[in-house]
Amino acid sequence: MKKLLLFFFVSLTGVIFLARLIHLQIFSDELKLKSELNAVKTVFDYPERGFIYDRNGKLMVANQTAYDVMVVPREVKEFDTLELCRLLQMDKKDLERQIEKAKNWSWRKPSVVIPQLTQLEYAPLQEKLRKFPGFYTQRRSLRKYLVDHSANVLGYIREVNQSIIDKDNSYEMGDLIGKSGIENQYEKELRGKKGVKRFLRDNFGRPIKSYENGMYDTIPQAGANLTITLDSRLQEYGQQLMQNKRGGIVAIEPKTGEILSLISAPFYDPSITMGRERSKNINALIRDSITRPTYDRGLQAEYSPGSPFKVINALIGLQEGVVDPDDRFYCAHGYNYGGRKKLGCHSHASPLAMERGIAESCNSYFAQVYRRIIESHENSHVGMDVWSNHVKSFGLGNFLGYDLPVGRKGLIPDSDYYNTYVYPSGNWYATTTISNSIGQGEVIATPIQLANMTAAIANRGYFYTPHIVKEIDGKATIDPKYRQKRQTTIDPKYFEPVIEGMNQVYKTGTAASVQIPGIEVCGKTGTAENFMKIDGKTTQLTDHSVFVAFAPKDDPQIAIAVFIENGYWGSRYAAKIASLMIEKHLKGEITRTDLEQWVLNHTLEHEYEKPYSGEPFQINGPPVPLEGPEVYINNDKSLIN
Amino acid sequence: MIDSALGDKPKFDVTIIFIYLALVLIGWMSIYSAAPVEQYTSILDFNQVYGKQFYFISLAVLLIIIILAIDVKFYERFAGVIYVVSILSLLGLFVFGKEISGARSWYGLGSMSLQPSEFAKFATALALAKYLSQLDVSIKDIRHFLVASLIVVLPAIIIVPQPDPGSALVYAAFFFAMHREGLSVWFLMLGLIGLAIFLGTVIIGPGWIIMLCAIALIIGFTLSRKRYKKRLAKKPKIWVYAIYLLACSGLALAVNPIYENVFSERHRNRIDIVLGRVEDSQGIQYNIIQSEIAIGSGGWIGKGLRKGTQTQGGFVPEQHTDFIFSAIGEEFGLLGAGSVVVLFMVLIYRLIIMAERQRNQFARIYGYCVAGIFFIHFFVNVGMVLGLLPTVGIPLPFMSYGGSGLWGFTILLFIFVKLDAHRMSYQH
Repeated sequence: MKKLLLFFFVSLTGVIFLARLIHLQIFSDELKLKSELNAVKTVFDYPERGFIYDRNGKLMVANQTAYDVMVVPREVKEFDTLELCRLLQMDKKDLERQIEKAKNWSWRKPSVVIPQLTQLEYAPLQEKLRKFPGFYTQRRSLRKYLVDHSANVLGYIREVNQSIIDKDNSYEMGDLIGKSGIENQYEKELRGKKGVKRFLRDNFGRPIKSYENGMYDTIPQAGANLTITLDSRLQEYGQQLMQNKRGGIVAIEPKTGEILSLISAPFYDPSITMGRERSKNINALIRDSITRPTYDRGLQAEYSPGSPFKVINALIGLQEGVVDPDDRFYCAHGYNYGGRKKLGCHSHASPLAMERGIAESCNSYFAQVYRRIIESHENSHVGMDVWSNHVKSFGLGNFLGYDLPVGRKGLIPDSDYYNTYVYPSGNWYATTTISNSIGQGEVIATPIQLANMTAAIANRGYFYTPHIVKEIDGKATIDPKYRQKRQTTIDPKYFEPVIEGMNQVYKTGTAASVQIPGIEVCGKTGTAENFMKIDGKTTQLTDHSVFVAFAPKDDPQIAIAVFIENGYWGSRYAAKIASLMIEKHLKGEITRTDLEQWVLNHTLEHEYEKPYSGEPFQINGPPVPLEGPEVYINNDKSLIN
Repeated sequence: MIDSALGDKPKFDVTIIFIYLALVLIGWMSIYSAAPVEQYTSILDFNQVYGKQFYFISLAVLLIIIILAIDVKFYERFAGVIYVVSILSLLGLFVFGKEISGARSWYGLGSMSLQPSEFAKFATALALAKYLSQLDVSIKDIRHFLVASLIVVLPAIIIVPQPDPGSALVYAAFFFAMHREGLSVWFLMLGLIGLAIFLGTVIIGPGWIIMLCAIALIIGFTLSRKRYKKRLAKKPKIWVYAIYLLACSGLALAVNPIYENVFSERHRNRIDIVLGRVEDSQGIQYNIIQSEIAIGSGGWIGKGLRKGTQTQGGFVPEQHTDFIFSAIGEEFGLLGAGSVVVLFMVLIYRLIIMAERQRNQFARIYGYCVAGIFFIHFFVNVGMVLGLLPTVGIPLPFMSYGGSGLWGFTILLFIFVKLDAHRMSYQH
């Protein structure tokens, strides 16, 4: 026994160790994986992000070289703090805080001291930074904006955060990713493919040598260049018209569904999302909850469409056979639909048939048409669903399916909706929902939905899904769904009388004041009532000014919807702006400069201040001219670089 | 001093010498690979660890020649002197010691440093063998046992506060020699039971442990009663069992205060990691995890010399010293690491066989001391590198980088080789 004790222990130990070795070396695959992760350093070779061109080939977004000032705390020697602060143009306190942060993160790995210096800011540093061991600059490719408009469409890029890295392993700390607009929607195409170089590294992460002689290395693939459907000139022009106003402009080419213009006001210069102030600027944009500059009023704002919606009711009436273009309806300053209630109307000749009904925007006319549509079926519920399906076939009441990352559904009610949300008793009739006839009530829509609806009318019964990308890398390889016709439920033959009516709006009706020589426009004004809760009390604000139109009448090139918040009459702001945009698009120049000057030199800022003033206010007042020197259109913007 | 024994033609044990050479060379190769260097230079470059190790090995060969040349009687005769010198050199550290990474365990000699605790092992082994081999000394005699224990424990007590508790732990190895000479295995059992109670208390708390002890003792008592009734054993005394229980409970209750107060944070963490009580892959657990990754990624035959990504990247701290086994595991795989384990097993088996064939009690005891010391080093070091035991900083004999260690182990082994070579003629 006494001779065997050590013998026994040695044997036991040896067997346990061998078993452990076999367990670790033969059966633990994850250890091999971990060793790879440990030892192979992957260095990315960043491709250049794709450029963005407008429909005419004008370069809108390119790249520029920027420089991050980096620090490796371990290599920092004593230095002249003041001189460095002067070079970097930063406070001593900020600098010290950054270095402290870097030390906390890592002594050996580089950290950013100042991100994204432009070439101009970098130039004076270049030579002198050598005096400061531990500090150096690192090149980065950033966006360069050659336009000062369309920020809402183009979007911006930011460094990825941890949650994105966790979800998508193709991103690494410090990578850039599109956060909104096209940059976000077409991130995959624009970013290209990172090249990879693998190195064996040591425990400090320093590369030792190429891994397996570069067998697994790849070359970066540059991002695809995008050509978008926007017309940069139109964007630039429209944005200037939208100064001092809030609202959205959406213009679509009816033949293709291409979005010619998408403007949201208030707007901002896309360049402010770059450079050393970028965080501050982006946060300011996001935090502005009153003017909401990052809220795309062309895509996301849901408004009561107002009178432009009437043309849809006219079309449905014709399709359903409940009204003939020559049927005349009386209007006694409104329409009595039972009891003491009355849908009011302004004064005009009476009775009116369809063409003049549209031209005069007679509420009474459309209330009766709507009532006939709903009541032509066995009950109001069936009637409502028939009506609702017709309206939805114009792309209203649901997402359109365009290729931008934000949007709203709007709302086109149906019988379910009324049963569920409005009249749970089920006791509701055409007269209860009569506001739908004039685009008020439950109906809401976004400007792009209205523009698309107008395009469908311009096409006499069909539309293409609106979209923003025209070509990817010079090839028209866009999603086939944007080449598919979407038919409305209205027969083409019923469009002519309605289009005639819309033409009359422009020639002799509510928009007669915005005529452009030589262009046949078909349009419809709208003056949409709207309300806001102020201190818990629902208060009516000045009406929104709405205008939808397409032109020319017989070969439509552009369908446009303009929504000006609190602009009052449809013809006061929206129609003027729409007609200027149409002229700019069709002729390339403006002949009605008086119209242009009027729009530029009137402001709605006072309207937007009213709800926040804390005082009682009047609504629907006269237009307010801009104070100060007269403003002109600036055509030299295209020269900025 | 040249061999004087008449007609004595020394018969050196070739097996043990081959194992020694194999371990030293594999060790040196691995140090070459695991060396923390930016750029490989000549293998003889004294500025690099592998270059230094080469000179250490050369000097070890010189030491072997001297040891084998000295009269075999010298070692027994001067055992006491060597022991005293060794103890003095350990004490001298408190005055003249050079502090390296927090421990005053070295004497500085110019650019070199010597670690006397590495030499204290063979000195203690000689002293213990000399004392126990005296004709009138028996380990079973309590006074002689206490003297023998003092010989063993004295250097350990001096080493602990340097601080180098790992090196002190090695002195447990002498139990095997003492056991061979008649010390009851119960001393070991007591130690193991104490350890079990200690770890058990740390893991599940004193209450449970006391309960388990009570159950075990009640079962033991009942069994003894049965044996007594069958007239197989003496009548068990209940108060003896009560004392056992009291001792166990006392220890269990003392564990937590000891654990919290006597152990330092660092040691607690090391124990907690092996017990799986904490997870900290970047901090204290880092060494062990990296070591396991290195070994685990080796596979059957390894990645090849200087091809191990973990080893070349320097991911395992102290890899050329205490963690050298992980470099072997990565670069030579199961084949290499398994061979090293087998080599150590064969080394210790061979030493036991050699010890058993001694006619001379001094040589036998010394042989068991040598086998025990190698076993403890092998057990603690490889167990740590494989992630089975807490981190204890002791080297792997012959393989870890370091002059003092290599020389200490070489002297330890080759004194026994010398004694063994003269086993036929060497008498007291």
